[in-house]
Amino acid sequence: MNPAGVFSSLIPLWAVLASLAAVPFILLSSRRPNLREFWTLAAGLVMFGCVLSLLPAALRGQTAAAELFEVVPGVRLALRADPLGVFFALIASGLWVLTSCYSIGYMRGLKEHKQTRYFAFFAVSLSATMGIAFAANLVTFILFYEILTIATYPLVIHQETPEAIRAGRKYLAFTLSAGVLLIGAAVWTYQITGGNLDFRPGGLLAGLTLAGKTAVPLFLLFLCGVGVKSSIMPLHSWLPAAMVAPTPVSALLHAVAVVKAGVFGMIRVTAFVFGPDLLRRFGLDTVLIVITVTTILLGSLLALRQDNLKRRLAYSTISHLSYIILAAALLSGPALAAGLLHLAFHATMKITLFFCAGAVAVSLGRENVSQLNGVGRVMPWTMAAFTIGALGLSGLPPIDGFVSKWYLGAAAVGGGRPWLAGVLVLSGLLNAAYLFPIVQRAFFRRGVGLEGRREASAWMVVPLVLTALLSLGLGLYPNLFFDLARRAAAGIFGGF
Amino acid sequence: MIPTNAPALPPLLFLFTGLLIPLAAFKLRRLAYWLALAATAAASAVAVSNIFRVLDGGAIHYHFGGWLPPIGIEYVLDPLSAFVTSVINVIALIVLIHARRTVEADLPEGKHVPYYALVMLMMAGFNGIVVTGDFFNVYVFLEICSLALYGLVAVGDRKSPVAAFRYLVLGMIGGCFYLLGVGFLYMSSGSLNMADLKAILPVLGARPEVIVALAFMLLGFGLKMALFPLHGWLPDAYTYAPTATSSLMAPIGTKIGAYVLIRILYFVFGLGFITKTVPAATIIAWLSAAAILYGSIQAMAQDELKRMLAFSSVAQVGYIGLGIGLANAWGLVGALLHILNHGLMKACLFLVAGNFRMKLGHSRISRLDQEARRRMPWSTAAFTLAALSMIGLPPTVGFFSKWYLAWGSIRNGSWVFLAVILVSSLLNAVYFFRVVERLYLKPADRPPEAEKSGAAARVRSEVGASMLIPTLVLAAALLAAGLLNAFIVKGVLLKILPPGLAGMNP
Amino acid sequence: MSDFLVGHYFYWFVFLLMTIGLFGIVLKKNLIKKVIGMSIFQVAIILFFVASASKWGATVPVLDPKLGAADTAKYINPLPHCLMLTAIVVGVATSGVAFALIISIWRRFKTLDEPELLAKMRHDPD
Repeated sequence: MNPAGVFSSLIPLWAVLASLAAVPFILLSSRRPNLREFWTLAAGLVMFGCVLSLLPAALRGQTAAAELFEVVPGVRLALRADPLGVFFALIASGLWVLTSCYSIGYMRGLKEHKQTRYFAFFAVSLSATMGIAFAANLVTFILFYEILTIATYPLVIHQETPEAIRAGRKYLAFTLSAGVLLIGAAVWTYQITGGNLDFRPGGLLAGLTLAGKTAVPLFLLFLCGVGVKSSIMPLHSWLPAAMVAPTPVSALLHAVAVVKAGVFGMIRVTAFVFGPDLLRRFGLDTVLIVITVTTILLGSLLALRQDNLKRRLAYSTISHLSYIILAAALLSGPALAAGLLHLAFHATMKITLFFCAGAVAVSLGRENVSQLNGVGRVMPWTMAAFTIGALGLSGLPPIDGFVSKWYLGAAAVGGGRPWLAGVLVLSGLLNAAYLFPIVQRAFFRRGVGLEGRREASAWMVVPLVLTALLSLGLGLYPNLFFDLARRAAAGIFGGF
Repeated sequence: MIPTNAPALPPLLFLFTGLLIPLAAFKLRRLAYWLALAATAAASAVAVSNIFRVLDGGAIHYHFGGWLPPIGIEYVLDPLSAFVTSVINVIALIVLIHARRTVEADLPEGKHVPYYALVMLMMAGFNGIVVTGDFFNVYVFLEICSLALYGLVAVGDRKSPVAAFRYLVLGMIGGCFYLLGVGFLYMSSGSLNMADLKAILPVLGARPEVIVALAFMLLGFGLKMALFPLHGWLPDAYTYAPTATSSLMAPIGTKIGAYVLIRILYFVFGLGFITKTVPAATIIAWLSAAAILYGSIQAMAQDELKRMLAFSSVAQVGYIGLGIGLANAWGLVGALLHILNHGLMKACLFLVAGNFRMKLGHSRISRLDQEARRRMPWSTAAFTLAALSMIGLPPTVGFFSKWYLAWGSIRNGSWVFLAVILVSSLLNAVYFFRVVERLYLKPADRPPEAEKSGAAARVRSEVGASMLIPTLVLAAALLAAGLLNAFIVKGVLLKILPPGLAGMNP
Repeated sequence: MSDFLVGHYFYWFVFLLMTIGLFGIVLKKNLIKKVIGMSIFQVAIILFFVASASKWGATVPVLDPKLGAADTAKYINPLPHCLMLTAIVVGVATSGVAFALIISIWRRFKTLDEPELLAKMRHDPD
């Protein structure tokens, strides 16, 4: 990226602050739910608007940068909306608007307690996610990464049941340990580079002569640091446990924001800190490929065994996150573009599936796959959306999951690793194996106890239908995201 | 007028107020508190303005009675002492604002006047240690503040005299060891003036008397600073002392020990002596690493909140010691920033413990639950923020001091210390999370009385503004100091570093 | 070697005294005996300073017209004595505070025996 492509702008900062600024208003209007939800929606729209306004520049390959004050000598608190960051921010903020609507329906439908706390921390989490997307250097990244850890904890334990509290402890134990390792890795990098921690396409460490005994442990530190949030195996077990959170949390945070922040961190580490050359020199890309392939297959296999719908989706998420990391590990432009596409498309599909799971839970009180017989008859819209998501995750056209998997497979073959295409096909089959039985139960089996049950409220059904349509639409017209992903990947690996 | 007197002003002000309080408040007892507060406020103002003056115009020397050093006693305000006096006086001011109500609650009215007089003597001692440029004068002020502290601890709850007695015995031994070290130093060099000694010591080289002198001085102040394994007096003293005492002692007392350590090691003996001639720095670093782990693990096992905080202090002193022992620029910057950081957060945590005692009547962790949070939401929030700083999460200042310490460790290639710093963050997380989780998630055991009357269940009984505002100010300061740490580091801390610690640029 | 031992005989005495003091502080169970140990310890250090000031063949540091002021080697060093005046005051004050604390402990626990005191403290509710 040439410096000429960078222009100074405060819009990334506004995007980060939009939902943070809403928090006091949300807290103050705790006794007036409608006003409180208005603030959430308004913040979501403002944030989405900010990100959208960054889009044209990002499509031209330009970067908006907001430099704030110095936090560590030599390192500023700085935000840079490069194409990669805008890509991630666009998904997170766009889906937040839909999730907010859905949350309103969900929380009111279940008459949940402490809704103010819920909406406030949701807003903080989104701010942190925006910060992660736009972080220009490792310190800024860690700052928002840790805020995200802390801000999602109250959401995970929202139910305050003993099970939720246990899950919360597990969640914090994993993510805080990872954060500590990440800090260690960052300090080490700071020492190696002599005080420079700015993310640079092609690698911050690329120009330096690093011995293997430095590079490999450093990479492993980073891998554990960002690997927990991106739930690569064997660091994944917090994610299924965290499914005790309310469904909108699982939908947005544990399918989009938090885990994708981890994946996004992984891309930043591989492409912007280490750089392809360094990784290839020490064979670290192979390490990453082996880990991710294992995670893809094992995650899918474990998903088969889950009866709880949300846990099944969680294992599915674990497996799909590794697709994206796999794409990053292939260290080529087309692969990274395909991975980014999957980052976006998996988000739309998985959020649809979670929304459906939540709608079923609110309207029928059922959470297990084995209880879903005949649900499709009483909740046709919901289960139709579910079907679209399931088709997409299995990689069938014309849903968007097909597009990203196709490009990923093509990039793997083009990169000289055709066996990975086989892995993708196998995993697609496994996806079908754990998702289609649900569809089949819902539509083709006769259920009991469903008399007089209806769809959930419109607050919930409309968002889930919209995300399903989005999955379909992006499958038919993936160009916007494709261009952006290509632009982001081209910034690192050159044009292709 | 003020510039040349600046070094002597805070200690003399406190000494004078300490004597004035018993006289002036003889008739009007409430006057004692306001006199103490006014003196502290004035000293804080002087100390803070001195920082700017010293940074602009260089060190200020004041010669007592006009006698020139090395014969006379010299008070020196250099960037290091200006920084430390500002930290201790400002924190003392904030704590004193909070102290009025807790002192009223903890002590019988007849003891208020002597209590504040002792607080003033303690502050005189602390300030004196920091500004004096004479080793024997350090001893005198050390004993002034120690004697005052024994009294301040002993007026706490039932067991406090025993804790104070143990503190007295160990404090006396520490003082005597320090004095013995000074004796050896004087015998071999013939001088007690720090600046003078700095010039003489390189000539003497590695003579056994000098090494013995250093060993005894470090031993003495190691005891005062409660550096592991010399921390034995600290947990009881912090636990049984009245709230006001422990919240003055914990953030300030151990820092003085750390200051003297830095002064002796880096500004008198010099970097070469403590790293090449004798491995003093290395020994301190390893002991500190042990302190970090030991204190954190002990803290996990405590049920009394104040006792947990006391063991956490042992660990936090370890961080400061580690930074001192790393013997490089960033380690020392980390130690100095941690002096500020630990001062702020420990004060905040002890104030919250005091708030709990005030309103709940206890501060036992096993009895804390949601009820406490419901009644005192702001105190609990301040506690949570300080806990985050303890763990070292950005953007609190705790993250940044650990950042510099970790960096100092990496620069030395000391991977063990890096591991200790990182692991201890998790240990801190465990013992603070234990408390925070109870406060937010543990349902109240007994339904509160008010619940019977239905709607009044959410009864809020937060402490009054004079206690709440200091707590919140400290919590906010943790965030502000974290975000602005680069200014503090570049503007002040880097100018403190002694010559010889080069390689400051990252 | 023997020169060193004999020449520093006073310091060996001082260190013996210090050891006795430390012994009293650490091993005696009675709090008052601990305070006595403390005093012995402090006195040892005071003697150490006083001894360090002395020189063979020198006299008290008061200007003597016969000796003159030119040769300072003829006077012993007055500074350690001055310092020790302060140290003695500190020692007295410390002992005073210690006894005050002991009185307070006696009033609350009715014992000055350390093991007994610790046992009583352990059984205290708070």
